[in-house]
Amino acid sequence: MDTFVQQLINGLTIGSIYALIALGYTMVYGILRLINFAHGDIYMVGAYAGFILATSMGFAANPSAFGFVITLVGAMAIAAGIGMAIERFAYRPVRKFSKMTTLITAIGMSLLIEYLFVFIFSGTPRSFPQLITNDNYTLFGNATISTSQILIFVVSILLMILLQYIIFYTKIGKAMRAVSFNLNSAKLMGINTNFVIAFTFALGSALAAAGGVLTAQYNPKIEPLMGIITGLKAFVAAVLGGIGNIPGAVLGGLLIGAAETLVVGYGSAIGIPSTYRDAVAFAILILVLLVRPAGLLGSNVQEKV
Amino acid sequence: MKNFFLAFSLIFSILLSSACVDKSANSGTATTGDGTGDIKVGVYGDLTGQTSSFGQSTINGIRLAVDEINAAGGVSGRKITLVSEDDQGRPEQATTVVQKLVNQDKVSAILGEVASTNSLAAAPVAQGARIPMITPSSTNPKVTEVGDYISRVCFIDPFQGSTMAKFAAKSLNAKTAAILGDVNSDYSKGLTQFFEQEFTKNGGQVVTKEAYTQNDPDFKAQLTKIRNLNPDVIYIPGYYGQVGIIARQARELGMNMPLLGGDGWDSPELWKLGGESLKNSYISNHYSAENPAPEIQNFVKAYQAKYNTVPDSLAALAYDAAKVLADAIRRAGGTDSAKLKDAINQTRDFKGVTGTITLDASRNAIKPAVVLELNPSASKFAFKETIYPEGMSAPTDATTSNTNMMMNTNQISNANMMNSNMTNSTQMNSNMTNSTSNINSTMNANR
Repeated sequence: MDTFVQQLINGLTIGSIYALIALGYTMVYGILRLINFAHGDIYMVGAYAGFILATSMGFAANPSAFGFVITLVGAMAIAAGIGMAIERFAYRPVRKFSKMTTLITAIGMSLLIEYLFVFIFSGTPRSFPQLITNDNYTLFGNATISTSQILIFVVSILLMILLQYIIFYTKIGKAMRAVSFNLNSAKLMGINTNFVIAFTFALGSALAAAGGVLTAQYNPKIEPLMGIITGLKAFVAAVLGGIGNIPGAVLGGLLIGAAETLVVGYGSAIGIPSTYRDAVAFAILILVLLVRPAGLLGSNVQEKV
Repeated sequence: MKNFFLAFSLIFSILLSSACVDKSANSGTATTGDGTGDIKVGVYGDLTGQTSSFGQSTINGIRLAVDEINAAGGVSGRKITLVSEDDQGRPEQATTVVQKLVNQDKVSAILGEVASTNSLAAAPVAQGARIPMITPSSTNPKVTEVGDYISRVCFIDPFQGSTMAKFAAKSLNAKTAAILGDVNSDYSKGLTQFFEQEFTKNGGQVVTKEAYTQNDPDFKAQLTKIRNLNPDVIYIPGYYGQVGIIARQARELGMNMPLLGGDGWDSPELWKLGGESLKNSYISNHYSAENPAPEIQNFVKAYQAKYNTVPDSLAALAYDAAKVLADAIRRAGGTDSAKLKDAINQTRDFKGVTGTITLDASRNAIKPAVVLELNPSASKFAFKETIYPEGMSAPTDATTSNTNMMMNTNQISNANMMNSNMTNSTQMNSNMTNSTSNINSTMNANR
């Protein structure tokens, strides 16, 4: 029993990270119908931004909650800025062309960010400093939870509540919903769609960066290509939950995280080798797309022909 | 008109480059004739990828050796120049850069890689072009099985894996062990297999074998599973990038048993990633920088003076590989590739930093291994014990009658192969079976 709980805690920890990143995918898709393939790399950029902040401001030497908050918020701000810059200089100029053009631009952007970081920081894995003392708490029996895991749960839940508040209870949130409903009509209603889109990118990038910094507290190895697989799985999570649907992204993230951990933990009992953890995420995606193409929480949109 | 010109020059350059490839592939000696100028030696390794600390150490070690050789007047009056290439730790890139070293740079010999998977990817290129390649530190047996132009100056995984298994069973009194290996690494797979064999033979039991990939976001799922079985030790034959995190997460889960590993842990980065969690861990390695022997201390001092860091075992092996190569070039009287290959393969009792190097019939060095204990508070590997291959006893005495006998058979088979006009692939095949049987006999001899 305690082993199962332990595996569930492990799974939900990485699931929360997937959820944070999936939110960015889903929001951008909701508004632009664009899969922002560079989003996984923003997660990596966030981790590096946090790394530079933490080492340059001396938080690495003496861990404190204050240092962690500053690093987290700073990394989120930097990533938000980079997200907006990418939208402004890479996506906006090609937005008037076909969707495919933007999609290819996104793939190009992803590669550009990855190898720019390899060029600047080299591919050597860096060790992210521990910003708060990591303790272990025994829940019951053998099941333990570490400070970094609690941090991931608490911070990601707080951020998701904040996001929900922004989208449903603020003016800009209303504008976002309007743009996602119909971009051209929103424009006609006097909404500054360019600003709303930029804001959405900033929001999504900040969440991904938070995911990056939180992961780095849990698994302190950062390297320029860390966003590829994680980003891909977060994308799967977004599709699984129903792309464009915000609660769906969170649900999808947690499901993927739990599923891949449980496969490692119990897969061999039913004949799935533990190294198939990555394959499982994609197998789930295929199954869901076959049965419910709109995703778990996605609504079926009737297309007029 | 312009386009036509472009197309023409393109076709012309393609023809030209393919002509070059043919030349080097068909006639082994064409690219490596006995000139009198500098001797070009190619080096490839991971300089910017996930295991870049390996590549950096390797290149530093080789550079130190080459600088010393050149300062002493070179090899038979000829200086050695290095051409280094970065493969980013990716096997497909390793193949590409070695092709470049062979076809464009026309090097006389190649030194590299560290990771067995990358050496395995590049070795067929060197073998096909008949350019001798010495890998300083790839320990998977399959690497030198590629062909007679591939050799190494380190011991192989059957020995390294069994060393750790013996240490676990005898020195740590472990009865049960779990193995957590890297599923994409030939190095890791080899060590897993040989650790299990030897550990079981010593009365131990491997309770579970778990695997990870280098991109796994965390390792707690595997570790939780292992925790349930509560083994006496965990063997983690991986590379430092993952090992540091695995150690950290294992301790977080309250698993305080000894962690065991191999030379893949040896990197200054390991301390930063793993920190205090690395306490109570042991690795098998090629040499200890703490060894007071003068040849080791001289090397450590020279390396520290040049690079301001303590040389890890990869640097030491790279240094030895370069010195072995230089010695072979001197004995071969030049860089004729067939003669050079024979000279390398006949290396015997070469006094290196990492021990006395004698290449056996399968072109593997037979050397003792050291077991080091990790001391994270000092960021240092502390010498624990030396484990000799069976049939070799301290002080090092590699030339037992057994190895001599195998050496002779190997020379005969090499000579036969050179004379016969077999196609390349059959040649490789026969050579492969040949060396497999040799490996078996080596292993039997070791037992």
